[in-house]
Amino acid sequence: MTALDLPVRTHPDERRQVASGNQEQRRRRRREYRLFALLVAPNLLVIAVFAYWPILYNAFLSLTDWNMIAARPTFVGLTNYANILTDPAFHKTLWITLVFTGLIVAGSLVIGLALALLFNQPLKGRGVVRTISFAPHILSGAAVATIWLFIFDPGYGLLRALIEPFGAEPPDWMNNSDWALPGLVIVYLWKNVGFTALIYLAGLQGLPKELDEAAAIDGAGTWTRFRRIKLPLLAPITFFLLITTVIGTFQAFDVIAVMTGGGPGDATTTLSWSIYNEGFQAFNAGRAATLSIIMFVILLIVTAVQARVMERRVHYK
Amino acid sequence: MSRLGTRPLQYVVLVGVAAIFLAPLYWLISTALKQPADIYQWPPAWWPHDLTWENFSLAWKAAPFDRFFLNSTIITVVGTAAKVANAVLTAYAFAYLRFPFKKVLFTLVLGAMMVPGHVTLLPNYLTVASLGWINTYAGLIVPGIGSAFATFLMRQHFLTLPSEVTDAAAVDGAGHLRTLWRVVLPMSQPMLITVVVITAVEEWNNFVWPLIVTNTADMRTLPVGLLILKDEEGLANWGTIMAGTLLVLAPMLLIFLVAQRYIVGGITQGALKG
Repeated sequence: MTALDLPVRTHPDERRQVASGNQEQRRRRRREYRLFALLVAPNLLVIAVFAYWPILYNAFLSLTDWNMIAARPTFVGLTNYANILTDPAFHKTLWITLVFTGLIVAGSLVIGLALALLFNQPLKGRGVVRTISFAPHILSGAAVATIWLFIFDPGYGLLRALIEPFGAEPPDWMNNSDWALPGLVIVYLWKNVGFTALIYLAGLQGLPKELDEAAAIDGAGTWTRFRRIKLPLLAPITFFLLITTVIGTFQAFDVIAVMTGGGPGDATTTLSWSIYNEGFQAFNAGRAATLSIIMFVILLIVTAVQARVMERRVHYK
Repeated sequence: MSRLGTRPLQYVVLVGVAAIFLAPLYWLISTALKQPADIYQWPPAWWPHDLTWENFSLAWKAAPFDRFFLNSTIITVVGTAAKVANAVLTAYAFAYLRFPFKKVLFTLVLGAMMVPGHVTLLPNYLTVASLGWINTYAGLIVPGIGSAFATFLMRQHFLTLPSEVTDAAAVDGAGHLRTLWRVVLPMSQPMLITVVVITAVEEWNNFVWPLIVTNTADMRTLPVGLLILKDEEGLANWGTIMAGTLLVLAPMLLIFLVAQRYIVGGITQGALKG
């Protein structure tokens, strides 16, 4: 069997039906249709109700004012959009989301790639360390956040014990509006760079060795070979990680909920937190739905860009 | 690579990296086992002087952790079973059965991956409310059992299976469900384990949905219960809070130790081929 066979794979029944048209075959085909519908229906139903319908529902709710207690929403047209898009508090939320996302994307790409390069060296124990660094990725965000809350504790936290010997005063991380966001970024990086490193490592191990060796023979140094050969060849992986990290970070919630609750003040109020806050603490369905639509559109653009770039990559390959 | 001086340095960095990722977990476990006197002293006690289980019983007293544990287990087991069943059945149908407009339907399934989960929170809450499912297991589980990514992984895998085997089964008169159960699934075991483990980890760690859809302590799950414990203890009793945190993490740490190669394999595959 070759790879070319794959897309045209059909059920053997179909292949035997060269001379079509008799009743037996039509009955068989109908049975197959019915089985298909039966197997696919539960999944499609759940997807339709809980993934696609919410988009339409959000679009509708975003045109209304509703506290979720009144019998029905009041139609207000585009008022929510007008209010939110001109609200300085929303601009700040968007800015915080972008800073938060930017720091995490940059941090996890740079640190993840550095770790992958380290794990790619022939060192004893590198496999164990790679596994250790990946472990936080599969741990509950709420639990990880709670551990770091203790580590950041200004009185008895581990970080105080590491900072004090250098004569510096530890900040009251999560209660200080200058330090809360960087604190969250540290926790997210700790939780996720092991994942980035793992993907980069798989990429590094898939690179053709010949180019690198030829460049080394030509006298190119380690840094030049990294910058001119490895980095460009890893570009598709970097791009994939960039997109997935942006999408994931935009929806970051559990760590924020446990560590800061969007505060102090609004210092860590990201778009994801404000959707929760408007919907489930202020009970303002219209505003929560509008913010949801805004997030959906932003991430849809990000995904569309990804699709375009991936398509081009395939064509030029 | 040939320079000898860099190798020892690389080992130093490697050990440093291991320390950065292990230290918080060590600190969690040792604090959970420490007496309060060891926790609230400065400089800190680097290891527990007298091991104690007291923190666990305090956590148990402060919040119904047995109930949280039960709820998390039910949701993880039932949710994973339903979601993986959906993935396998849908993948089989798309890989082996004929249907009009199959391609369009498959695009619809995959398109669900483009909908960010956070955007669906409010509408799904309202849908679940209108079904009368707030604060029920159905409300906790059902919205999450639709499967797009796992369906994609399973279907891709089914398409790599040699067609002779499934053809032979069909010629032998085995029906489709029999072929799936007896032939296709056993041949897909590693991929199936990967999908089960990744799904179970997601279900167990899920936070925002159980937070929203439950409203009494007896329906909370472990991650949400942890938030309640933290708020109740008011950050004044780290031993108790760390004991509760360890209860949330321990099962996933165990699964990770046992099945990490499946998790790692599945995640790299999803990333590089997806």
